[in-house]
Amino acid sequence: MEVLLTQLFNGLSGGSILLLAALGLALTFGQMGVINMAHGEFIMAGAYTAFVVQKALGDAGVSLLVSLPVAFVVGGLLGVVLEATLLRRMYHRPLDTLLVTFGVSLVLQQLARDIFGTAGVDVPAPAWLSGPLEVFGFSFPRTRVFILVLAIVAVIVLAALLKLTPLGRRIRATVQNRQLAESSGISTRRTDLITFFVGSGLAGVAGVALTLMGSISSNLGTSYVIDAFLVVVIGGIGQIKGAVIAAFVLGVVQSWVEYSTTASIGKVIVFALIVAFLQLRPQGIYVVRSRSLA
Amino acid sequence: MLAVGLLSACGARVDDSSASAGGEGTSCVDTSGPSVKIGFLNSRSGTMAISENTVYNSLKLAADQINAAGGVLGKQLTVVAEDGASEPTIFAEKAEKLIRSDCVAAVFGGWTSSSRKAMLPVFESNNALLFYPVQYEGLESSRNIFYTGATTNQQIVPALDYLKEKGVKSLFLVGSDYVFPQTANKIIKAYAEANGIEIKGEEYAPLGHTDFATIVAKVRDADADAVFNTLNGDSNVAFFKEYKNLGLTPEAMPVISVSIAEEEVGGIGVDNIAGQLVAWNYYQTIDTPTNKKFVEDFKAAYGESKVTSDPMEAAYTSLFLWKGMVEKAQSFAVNDVLAAADGVSFEAPEGTVTVNGENHHIAKTALIGKIGQDGLIYTEWSSGKPIEPDPYLKTYPWATGLSG
Repeated sequence: MEVLLTQLFNGLSGGSILLLAALGLALTFGQMGVINMAHGEFIMAGAYTAFVVQKALGDAGVSLLVSLPVAFVVGGLLGVVLEATLLRRMYHRPLDTLLVTFGVSLVLQQLARDIFGTAGVDVPAPAWLSGPLEVFGFSFPRTRVFILVLAIVAVIVLAALLKLTPLGRRIRATVQNRQLAESSGISTRRTDLITFFVGSGLAGVAGVALTLMGSISSNLGTSYVIDAFLVVVIGGIGQIKGAVIAAFVLGVVQSWVEYSTTASIGKVIVFALIVAFLQLRPQGIYVVRSRSLA
Repeated sequence: MLAVGLLSACGARVDDSSASAGGEGTSCVDTSGPSVKIGFLNSRSGTMAISENTVYNSLKLAADQINAAGGVLGKQLTVVAEDGASEPTIFAEKAEKLIRSDCVAAVFGGWTSSSRKAMLPVFESNNALLFYPVQYEGLESSRNIFYTGATTNQQIVPALDYLKEKGVKSLFLVGSDYVFPQTANKIIKAYAEANGIEIKGEEYAPLGHTDFATIVAKVRDADADAVFNTLNGDSNVAFFKEYKNLGLTPEAMPVISVSIAEEEVGGIGVDNIAGQLVAWNYYQTIDTPTNKKFVEDFKAAYGESKVTSDPMEAAYTSLFLWKGMVEKAQSFAVNDVLAAADGVSFEAPEGTVTVNGENHHIAKTALIGKIGQDGLIYTEWSSGKPIEPDPYLKTYPWATGLSG
């Protein structure tokens, strides 16, 4: 029972980390169809933002909370610059986009090494997140609980934005039918930019969360970007709820397989399951028509 | 034609072809002028750059100090530096280049075992010299390589002796999934079996693994007396953060690590790792005049915030050991140096080290350290005297069958 609960929690927690990393991608890749390999480096930028904010504010308790919106803006601005300078020239050339954004990711990694050095840096967790949280005799790391809550909040906010606000309607309209949206008076250019800002900003937020889990170095992004793409592909391109389900299922399966085998074998088995699943459902969990990849 | 070209380019040469055992060619090392070339081969780019740059810095410091003191046999050292780029194949190519076209007298560098394994045939077939400065998994002894880091009986075995002395009855093994941790754990299991220590679990994580929730949960549930950690690189950060966040403490279940030195502590976060144990042969805090001077010189050259660590010290020492061998041989020729190597000794920052001419490792003192709140490592336990290197663990009865 205890193992069951612990591993269920670890799975949900792993899923929430995947989800945070993938949520922004679900917008930029899922909704807009842009294969942005630099998404991982936006996550890294968010993590380094947390580091810089903490250096500036000094107090770990407040700085983590301050970092979240700051990293959102930093990630978002990076995304907007990338979109406005490079991506908008190649919206119908997914392969070129892949190569160009991969190049951008290498540039950003080198930039991080030049600015922050090659050695990893540490952002100490605030006192209120350190140690375990005791619930009914079970102990859960507070940092993981925090990330789980953060991921859920991020999903709710994003869903509300897409469903309830005029901006969300414009985004959905542009995704579903660009010409019709344009002829209805929507500035699709502006909508693209804003979508990219939000998607990349979410990567920044994910970066802040990841400082609680592991190492902050220039290659932080590369360890998450593939998993993030996997989540979006399994979830079904173009659907946020698909990504949410995919992330949590992947997290729970991974943690169970890892518990009953080993970390290395666990990864192999999970990838084999993913391949099998995509053979049965190439379109992922949810199927939606999208602009360039459907 | 090529031979003629090389001859005119190099002038006087050291001829050791007559005595060379495995070597095919003649060395082209030029010792006629006022200086002699040596090669540094470290990853200055790629994933290993973070570690190997520090080794390069300490090699450079040693070369500058040797030059300032009059050089080797009256000749100034000219350093030819090459970038191994974290790729074993590039290490092999650059080693070939340093030996055959730069005509260096000796090469210093390498870090990962895969880079060393890739370079080994190059040095053996050219009968050249490599000084390798990092602790490694043992079970190797090349005629052309000197290993100035610890082999297993100078790091892992003393760490186990220490744990046993502290009354540890059970261990959990955590490591990265590649050659060093797998070999280390084989040794640990053999030792444990012979000494009545129970192995409660053994987990490997892929290199670069970042989610340690499950592994740490297994560690906690197994409730061993101590954890033996052979994780490498960034995985350590995720592991120790998870360890602390799950409420595990060094008091209740200490972790002893063999790949975490002063350099890495900052990235892991002192808060997450203070109080945990490590096993090495050198710490920045060693309280001897030789080490104080080394640390001072290093900080003066590279900045007050820099720390010194075991591989850096082993690299620094390797250059002085080579100098000692050359001076004893009164020759830069590889075969003369090899013949003179046995018993060459150096008053290193870690203490006195002595070259074992038979297996080309060096006798060094094992130290168990505890990580302090200031991020430095303080000696908890010492083997007291240098331990003779035994890369194949031949002198340990419990280890029979491991090297086969």
